[in-house]
Amino acid sequence: MSLNMLTPEFIIDRDRDRCIDCKVCVSQCANLAHIFDEEEQRVVSDNSKCVACHRCVSMCPAGALSIRKFPLDFKANANWSADAIREIYRQAETGGVLLAAMGTGKAYPVYWDHMLLNASQVTNPSIDPLREPMELKTFLGRKPDSLRGELGPQLELEIPVMLSAMSFGSISLNACKSLAMAASGAGTMCNTGEGGLHTELAGYGANTIVQVASGRFGVDAAYLRAGAAIEIKIGQGAKPGIGGHLPGEKVGEEVSATRMIPLGTDAISPAPHHDIYSIEDLRQLIYSLKEATEYSKPVSVKIAAVHNVAAICSGIARAGADIIAIDGFRGGTGAAPLRIRDNVGIPVELALAAVDTRLREEGIRNSVSLVCGGSIRNSADIIKAVALGADAVYIATSALIAMGCHMCQKCYTGKCNWGIATQDPNLTKRLNPDIASARILNLLRAWTHEMKEMLGGMGINAIESLRGNRLMLRGIGLNDSELRTLGIKAAGE
Amino acid sequence: MLQKEGVIRIPSGCAIAGIINRKKKTFSGDSIITSISLMHDRSNGLGGGFAAYGIYPGQKELYAIHIFFDSHEARMSTEKYLGRYFDIESGEMMPTRKSAVIKQAPLIWRYFAGPKEAALEAEEFSFEDEDNFKSIPDADAEGAREKEFVVRRVMHINSSLPGAFVASCGKNMGAFKAVGYPEDVGEFYMLDKYRGYLWTAHGRFPTNTPGWWGGAHPFTLLDMSVVHNGEISSYDANRRYLEMFGYKCTLQTDTEAITYILDLITRKHGLPLSTAMAAMAAPFWDEISRMPDEMRDSARKIRIIYGSALVNGPFSIILGCEKGMFALNDRIKLRSLIAAEKGDYVYAASEESAIRAVCNTPERVWSPRGGELLSAGYEEADHDTENETVNVSRYIENGLVNINAGIQDRGVDMHIETNADYAGRSNNFLKYNRNSKRVMAGTNAGLKRESERDTEVRAV
Repeated sequence: MSLNMLTPEFIIDRDRDRCIDCKVCVSQCANLAHIFDEEEQRVVSDNSKCVACHRCVSMCPAGALSIRKFPLDFKANANWSADAIREIYRQAETGGVLLAAMGTGKAYPVYWDHMLLNASQVTNPSIDPLREPMELKTFLGRKPDSLRGELGPQLELEIPVMLSAMSFGSISLNACKSLAMAASGAGTMCNTGEGGLHTELAGYGANTIVQVASGRFGVDAAYLRAGAAIEIKIGQGAKPGIGGHLPGEKVGEEVSATRMIPLGTDAISPAPHHDIYSIEDLRQLIYSLKEATEYSKPVSVKIAAVHNVAAICSGIARAGADIIAIDGFRGGTGAAPLRIRDNVGIPVELALAAVDTRLREEGIRNSVSLVCGGSIRNSADIIKAVALGADAVYIATSALIAMGCHMCQKCYTGKCNWGIATQDPNLTKRLNPDIASARILNLLRAWTHEMKEMLGGMGINAIESLRGNRLMLRGIGLNDSELRTLGIKAAGE
Repeated sequence: MLQKEGVIRIPSGCAIAGIINRKKKTFSGDSIITSISLMHDRSNGLGGGFAAYGIYPGQKELYAIHIFFDSHEARMSTEKYLGRYFDIESGEMMPTRKSAVIKQAPLIWRYFAGPKEAALEAEEFSFEDEDNFKSIPDADAEGAREKEFVVRRVMHINSSLPGAFVASCGKNMGAFKAVGYPEDVGEFYMLDKYRGYLWTAHGRFPTNTPGWWGGAHPFTLLDMSVVHNGEISSYDANRRYLEMFGYKCTLQTDTEAITYILDLITRKHGLPLSTAMAAMAAPFWDEISRMPDEMRDSARKIRIIYGSALVNGPFSIILGCEKGMFALNDRIKLRSLIAAEKGDYVYAASEESAIRAVCNTPERVWSPRGGELLSAGYEEADHDTENETVNVSRYIENGLVNINAGIQDRGVDMHIETNADYAGRSNNFLKYNRNSKRVMAGTNAGLKRESERDTEVRAV
C-alpha cells in the first residue's frame, strides 16, 4: 500500500523556543508520536500517531507542547461528514470492522440536559445541608410491600452512586485497585466486570459486586462468595447484543490467573449467555447463584437499554432479580464495534423512566432496585436519574476521567498513556492507586455536597423522597412523546 | 381558565386544631370553632372544614357517608350506584344555615348505610389484597374485607362518577367542609348543634384555587380524618408509591397522600399507627445508629421498606380516628404544632393562642418535637389502661420490635414514643437527655415524661 489517504487528526505544536529536547515526550508516548532524531539531535513529532491523550502536554517540563485539531477540512458537505469519509478510508484500507472505545460521541440528544430541577420558594422552606441533616444513604435489594414480609439481603450505600463494571484486563490492576479503594472509602461498591477478582483485590470484597458474564471468566464458588452482591451481565449499553473480546496479547500471567484461562489465549465472551436463551433460563441462573451463596447476597441483572426495555425488566424482576442495572447507549466500553456503539440501544433516561413506570403499573417496583448507568457526567445527572425513578446510578467514565483519562477513546489499542486501559507494565506503573483513588474520592465528595445542595433546595432531606418524584423535574425543548415517556411536565406547566 | 383541583396540584398553607375528650364525653362544636377562628389569618377564606367524632351515636353501626353533588343528575346516578352495594337506611340533605359568606354550595347529602351482604360476598379481593389480609387474624378478616369494600366504592365515586365527591365515609363521624373561612363553615353546617368527643378543624390558605369544596380539609377515609398544615416536597414520590397499592390520588393534595399512607400501613398492612408515623417522619440514620439493637433493627427495616412513605418537607398533621387523636410534625419540625392537656382533654393546634382560646388554664402546654408522635387515645372502661401510658421499654416490647406479631397492638397507640426518644431533632439541647439508661429504664410514662424532660432542659 503506497498511499495512506487518512490525514492526521491532530497537530502537535512544539514551541521550539521552549523545547529543551529532554525527551520526556518521547518516553511518555506509547503511540510513538514523539521521536528523537539522532542525526539532528532533537525531538520531532509525527502528527499521524497522535491520539490527543495530552500525556506529553501534561508532562512536558518546558510547557513547549500543545495539541490541536488538524485544520484540514474536506469540501463542505452536510451529508458526507469528515468522519463518514475517514471511516470509509479506514475500512477500504483494512477490510475490517471499525473499533471504538468509551461512549458514543454522536450528537444524540442528552435528555439530562433537557430536564430542569425544582426548588422551594415561599410555600415550603428549602433546607440548608450545612445546618440540617441531609441523607443520601441508599439500600439496594428486594423489599417486601409490607413490614410483615421478609426483607431480603440489601446493599447499603452511603451515596446513591456506584462504580460500574470495568474488568481487570480491559483496565490495569492499578486502575482496578484505585476503584476498589475509592468504593471502600466512599462506602459504595465497585464492580469486577467480567475480569474475575484479582487476589490483591480480595480484601475489598465488602465493597465489590462480582460479575458473572457470558464468558464466566474467573467465576468459582470463592469468587461468588467474595463479593457483596452478584451481577449477571446480560448486556452493556455501548454494545447491546454483542459479546466481548480480550485479545491474547493482553492475557498475561496476572490476567490469565485471574480470568482462569490459559496464558496468551483470546478471552471471548459470547454474545448471549449460552445457558440463557429466555427469561425462564435467567431465573434458573439467578437462583443458582442465590443457592450458591445461600441467599445471603442480592443478585443484580445488568442489561443494555433497548427498545423493549420495560417489558424485559418486568420479566427480570419477576425472574427473581433483586437489582436491575440498565445501561444506556451512551455508556462506555473498552472496545466495541463502532457501528454497534453508535447505532444500537436507546438513551438511559428514556429507558429508566419507561422501566420505573412499568414496574409501578405492575405493582412490583418494590421488589427490585433500579440502577442506571451510561454516561452519568455530574451530580445533577444523578439527581435527575433518582427523580426519574432510579435507586442509584453507576458511573465508570467519570471515575476514569477523575483518575486521569483524557477521553482519547483509544482504549482498545492497549496503549493508554495514562496507565488505565493497558496491561503494559511501563504504562500501568504511571497510575498510582493512592493518588487515583483519592481523586475519585474527591469527585464523589464534591458530588455528594452538590447533591445535598440540590436536595435541600427542593426541600427534601432524604434521597428516598426524591426517588421517582418526577414533579421535581420539568422538560425543556422536548416533544410530547418524550415528555410522556419521561413522565414529566414541560417547563412552565 | 383555572383548572379544578385534581387536574392540577395546588400547594397551600394552613391552620389546624384538634380537641379530644379521652373519656368520650361529648361536647359541642362551639369549642373547635372558637379555637380555629382565632387563627383566622392563617387561612384565606378558600377552604375550611371540621371532622367530628361521636356525633351519630344512634347510627354508630352504619357508615355515615357525606357526599357533595354538583347536580341532581349526579346525585341520582350516585345513589343508584350506592344502592347496588349498600343497604341505605336513611338519606337526607345535610342540614345547613343560610350564610352570606358561604356561596356556591353543592348539594350536600348524607347517607347512613351498611354494605349489602350479597355484594360483599360477591366482591372479589385480588390476589394482592388476599396477600395483605392473610396476615391479619381471622377475627379481623371480615372487618378488613368490609372496609376495603367501602374504600373501593368511595374511590370509584370520587374518580369515576362525575359531579360527586365523598367528603367522609366513617362510622359515627363526619367531615364538614366548604370554601370559606372555618368559622363561617362551622356556622353554615350548624356544628354548634352537634356534640362529639373528638373534633378537628382546618383553615386553608391555598396559593391558587378554583374554590372547590372537595379540596378543603379534612381529608377522610373510613374513620380516619386528616387535617394538615404544610406543603410536602415528597408528594410525587409518595403518590406514585401509593398508586402501586391501588390508591387513586385524585385530588393531588398532600393531605390525601398522607391519609392514604396511614391507611395503607395501618389498615392494609395491619400495623400499629406508630409504625405508620415512624415511616412518615422516619428517624435519621444517624439516630437509628445510636438506638439499642432491637429498636435499631426495626427502625432500619421500617425505613428501608417504607422509604417511599417518608413524608418530606414541612408538615404538621392532626389525625382523628376510632382510636383517638394523634398529631405529628415532620422530622425537623418545619411547621408549628403545639399541644396541651387539661383533665381528660387534650388539645393540639398550629398556635398556642388557639388552645388558650378554649382552655385558659391548661395543666401543661408543650411543643412536640419533630417526628414525635402526640397520642391521645380514648380511656374506656374495657380498655387495657396499662397500654395508655406506654414507656419506651414497653414500646420495644409491643411496638416496633414485635411488629410481625404486633397485630394485637392495633387497638392501642398511646405511645408518646417512636423515634423521638432517640432524636436530637432540631433541638440540640435535647441531646443531653438522650440518656440511654434513663430511656431504657422507662419509668417515665406517657405525657408526664415530656414535662420532666422540659424541666431537665431548663436545668441544662
